[in-house]
Amino acid sequence: MDRQRMRSPLSRAMGLGSAKEGAEQWWMARVSAVALIPLTLWFVASIIAHTDSDYVTFIVWLRMPLVSILMVLLLIALFYHTALGLQVVIEDYVHSGAKFGALIAVRLGCVALAVTGILATMRIAFGG
Amino acid sequence: MSNSAAERNRPLSPNIQIYRPQLTSVLSIVNRITGVALSIYAVALVVWLVAAATGPWAYATVQGVIASRIGQIALLGCTFAFFLHLCGGIRHLVWDTAHGFELRSIYISGWAVVAASVVLSALAWIARSFVAG
Repeated sequence: MDRQRMRSPLSRAMGLGSAKEGAEQWWMARVSAVALIPLTLWFVASIIAHTDSDYVTFIVWLRMPLVSILMVLLLIALFYHTALGLQVVIEDYVHSGAKFGALIAVRLGCVALAVTGILATMRIAFGG
Repeated sequence: MSNSAAERNRPLSPNIQIYRPQLTSVLSIVNRITGVALSIYAVALVVWLVAAATGPWAYATVQGVIASRIGQIALLGCTFAFFLHLCGGIRHLVWDTAHGFELRSIYISGWAVVAASVVLSALAWIARSFVAG
């Protein structure tokens, strides 16, 4: 007991407590949120502008370099943010054995959807 | 993780069902619900991009679903959910800077989120109807 009291606060904190990764998820949720503000507003404005566009007009638009880049960035930020958000929701409300399965499914699903969306965008961007 | 009935039936704290819903608590859960709903719309975004990459007929099929009555209701829901989550998220980012925690500020920002979401959703659909001519 006495030995514990003799140790400095830093010494007591070292090797105990957090795994030092808790703030990372919280921080990346904020970083992706900040990225999504301009990206989603650009997307919504673009979709509104293309309300009456036919297929060719839409493809020509999506093939523009800046548009392709923004679409890929949107998909990355969107599914990163979605994965972190759904993870918190599952951790807060799912307490059964389904929790870990749900966490894995969300993480893998978000990666798969992001890759699929990016590949579709690239096929349009580089397609003949 | 015990399976005994006594442990399973323990009340969880806080007992939210005995509280009167307030703007603060309603907006808190709305931010989560819209987040989950937008995750489903994010899947639709990928389906839409894959359809566009597949070809004109696939794209026309997806556009047909969006143009249907159910598709339009879903799109309206998506618009409102998006602006609620966007405005609610910006409110959270302001809180993260340790500002706006006074009770008065919380209610002002809360009603601002509701008003801005309604106005922005309406503006988006008005703009859309103008583009559609």
